[in-house]
Amino acid sequence: MAAIYILWLRELKRYTRSRAMIVASIGQPLLYLLALGFGLGPVFQQAGRGSYLQFVAPGVIGMSILFTSIFSGLGLLWDRQFGFLKETLVAPVPRLHIMIGKTVGGATVAILQGLLIVIVCLIAGFRPASVSALPLALLFMILVALVFAGLGMVIGSRLQNMQGFQLIMNFLVLPIFFLSGALYPLSNLPVALAAITRVDPLTYGIDGLRGAFIGAGHFGAATDAAVLIIVAVMFLALGAQAFSRIQI
Amino acid sequence: MIEVRDLVKTYGDVTAVAGISFDVAAGEIFAFLGPNGAGKTTTIQMLTTLVPPVSGTIRIDGLDPATRPADVRRRFGIVFQDPSLDSELTAWENMEIHGVLYHVPRRIRHERIDRLLTLFELHERRNSYVKTFSGGMKRRLEIARGFLHTPKILFLDEPTLGLDPQSRNQLWTHVKSLNETEHVTVFLTTHYMDEAERVAGRIAIIDHGKIVAQGSAAELKQQTNTESLEQAFLALTGTTIRDERADPAAQMRQFAKMWRR
Repeated sequence: MAAIYILWLRELKRYTRSRAMIVASIGQPLLYLLALGFGLGPVFQQAGRGSYLQFVAPGVIGMSILFTSIFSGLGLLWDRQFGFLKETLVAPVPRLHIMIGKTVGGATVAILQGLLIVIVCLIAGFRPASVSALPLALLFMILVALVFAGLGMVIGSRLQNMQGFQLIMNFLVLPIFFLSGALYPLSNLPVALAAITRVDPLTYGIDGLRGAFIGAGHFGAATDAAVLIIVAVMFLALGAQAFSRIQI
Repeated sequence: MIEVRDLVKTYGDVTAVAGISFDVAAGEIFAFLGPNGAGKTTTIQMLTTLVPPVSGTIRIDGLDPATRPADVRRRFGIVFQDPSLDSELTAWENMEIHGVLYHVPRRIRHERIDRLLTLFELHERRNSYVKTFSGGMKRRLEIARGFLHTPKILFLDEPTLGLDPQSRNQLWTHVKSLNETEHVTVFLTTHYMDEAERVAGRIAIIDHGKIVAQGSAAELKQQTNTESLEQAFLALTGTTIRDERADPAAQMRQFAKMWRR
């Protein structure tokens, strides 16, 4: 337990110390929020869908959590060669503990990042429907963070070089975001897109967040939570397995 | 302390280590000397439970790393060829995490951290981030960290690569003094002859995955009828230059150099 705790603490310390990175990490969500929120706002309004800023804010929150948690796993590649990871792998501690400390640490950082973006959204003019739904929103933030920290671990454990990084970014992380319904409603989509959105785990995360924040969920909170829990367990198990096979 | 018999490691059709045997006695400083790609790092990886051998036996303090990895890991400290510090944390925090991972009780841990940081002349900088340290300071911190859990064996994989002569000199002085005061067995790899000659009691020369000679520096010179260890080394391993295949680790090392990390 001590090992899990100290590795979790390490991830938190690294996050809170990287002030410049934190400021930088607000940039992209802010751009989506303001450029799309105000840019697409009028069209969205005319289509009878209400405020686009209200609609897109949960998507942007989900996006920050996705990026932060998946990158914590992808960082393994670097960490393995030039970082602290090797030091932990020769320690008399079960690999599973190291993986848990690192993954939960990465997920915690992603949740903090998500909360930061919630505040940014509130400042930009986002108004949740009711305060009482916020605990449910936090639950979805935790689930999304765990799902993608697990996925990040699966990929990070297997990546062999830096070139693979771009590949993952463009063919996995960005599609997960753009095909999730973060930016558009899930109703009345073309058949193919509708099918794809339904196999993207982030879809359920953002739908859950949207349900909790503005009461406009598509699948319902129970379905969203169930899907996320199943996928999280699956990814975390695969992540543990991939991590146990890392060779230096 | 270390017993190795007929150790073999292959990667696909490449033989990294081709049946080596050697013994290292407790308290000894033993050097593995060899050209690039000779199998030095692979041997260390097998001895330190990171890579399973294809065949052969290893005993670390009488234990088999394959069946009792955790017990074996408690018994050694290691300094890797590539850095393995967390540069976003302070020197003290790096030591603290190591102590927790190795189950060193808090009071003893803090005492030893203070003592080792003082010994390695890093105590004044204990609360500075490691990213602000010079190459020599980082190496010293890694070695201090390796000693924290009072290991019986310290593995050093080319610890002085890229250091200036002053830092190299200082580093070996510390290692030698800890070898004497704490009776730690030291297993090191290097391709600096002068270091091997100065520090190590016994030297094994490894080439193409095989040990081609072992003994004290004087014995090696006598065997090959040469004046210096460098001549002995060249007599034993030939003068051809070894080009290492660029593996992912080497590519990343290149990348790291570019970005100065």
